[in-house]
Amino acid sequence: MSTFRNTAGPLAACVMAVSVLAACEAPRPAPGSVYDPYEAENRETHEINKAVDAAAFRGEAKQPGPIGQGVANVGHNLGLPRMVVNSVLQGRPEPAVKNTLRFAINTTLGVGGLFDPAGYWFNLPEETTDFGETLHVWGVREGAYMELPLIGPSTERDTVGKIVDVLIDPVGHVLSGNDLWVARAFRLGARSVDRKRYGATVDSVLHDSADSYAQSRLLYLQNRRHKLSGAAASDETVFDPYEDPYGE
Amino acid sequence: MANDAKIDRRRMIALGAAATAGAFVPAPVLALNDTQARALITRTVDDVNKAIASGKSGSALYADFERIFVKYGDVPIIARSALGVAARSASSAQMSAFTKAFQGYLARKYGKRFREFIGARFEVVGARPVKTFYEVKSTAIFRGQAPFEVLWHVSDKSGQDRFFNLVIEGVNMLASERTEIGAMLDRRRGDLNAMIEDLKKAG
Repeated sequence: MSTFRNTAGPLAACVMAVSVLAACEAPRPAPGSVYDPYEAENRETHEINKAVDAAAFRGEAKQPGPIGQGVANVGHNLGLPRMVVNSVLQGRPEPAVKNTLRFAINTTLGVGGLFDPAGYWFNLPEETTDFGETLHVWGVREGAYMELPLIGPSTERDTVGKIVDVLIDPVGHVLSGNDLWVARAFRLGARSVDRKRYGATVDSVLHDSADSYAQSRLLYLQNRRHKLSGAAASDETVFDPYEDPYGE
Repeated sequence: MANDAKIDRRRMIALGAAATAGAFVPAPVLALNDTQARALITRTVDDVNKAIASGKSGSALYADFERIFVKYGDVPIIARSALGVAARSASSAQMSAFTKAFQGYLARKYGKRFREFIGARFEVVGARPVKTFYEVKSTAIFRGQAPFEVLWHVSDKSGQDRFFNLVIEGVNMLASERTEIGAMLDRRRGDLNAMIEDLKKAG
């Protein structure tokens, strides 16, 4: 039994993550700007990620078949308990309740998450969240941009979030041994089905851009800031080309 | 005294109404209004829906998207803005060649992307003034999934109501194209003519 099987581990990890981030002196990036002091290292990682992606996925976008869709559904379903925990930590009861209902419905009626009756019949789509968002809600700054091996674009805050998410995942505390590995395999399966489904967009960014690193970085940061701060984030980056045609 | 109080109250109501209507919009009066901005994007979105539902693929579909861009979008200002400072030193012949290549590139690139929306329906859900223009919000609805947000920035400063930017789930098309066109230009060491040739094949 690992030490993380009891609750003291993840809690300590949370506290540690927050104090590490609070101590970090990363400047607050100006709206719409990019803080990327590790660009050289990030670009190296990016080239490796791109090669891996090309070998594994590149090609025509594919709508998943019934098996692929089932795998994706199970994988996504197993992500829900962790999202509920995060919504609670964020003090947001509504998504916590919705995701709990979604998990209950899809695990039972949806045969262990294989099908998605919650989304189709009960209008309960996944309310996506993670510990990176929890840190944002707690006032932790974004930090520097990072590209992680195999995982891809992230920020310092989101990287800590991803690590803590693994530690606080209720699925990891309930399942053990082979069951846990099967659950992880489904999570990974869901990721690759998603990669295929949105293949054209990913291909266009990763393999057709003149500077795929700069393009992925911009897309990730804009999309992430939008997810975390909503309209406030996009309002800060809007500009009027009639007043400023050259973007100076 | 009673009169003063009345005016004050009126002023407060007016202020409150202004604040809820648009909040902190700077002084310039917009000739364009909410209804016109919505109408433009409703027509655009109808045409996008038709193109997606037509079952066309490849170049036939991209040609449809190019028509939509040219009809409802202000392509010259989008192109100029994407080219950024390099547009300053470009000749007018270069600008028109660039604009033409750019509109085909955009249609191919976004045409491919919108193909992923097969089975989805776009709907206009609202409009609000932002800074000096209008933002019209549309959502793509997939059954069983959270709606996907596409914002359209609309202005009449070209003399006609036209959209000049798209923001898809927070990702700003102008910002993204500016990065991309800048990188394409760097790859050609700033040679605009060579970059225009690349652009004809890109997307």
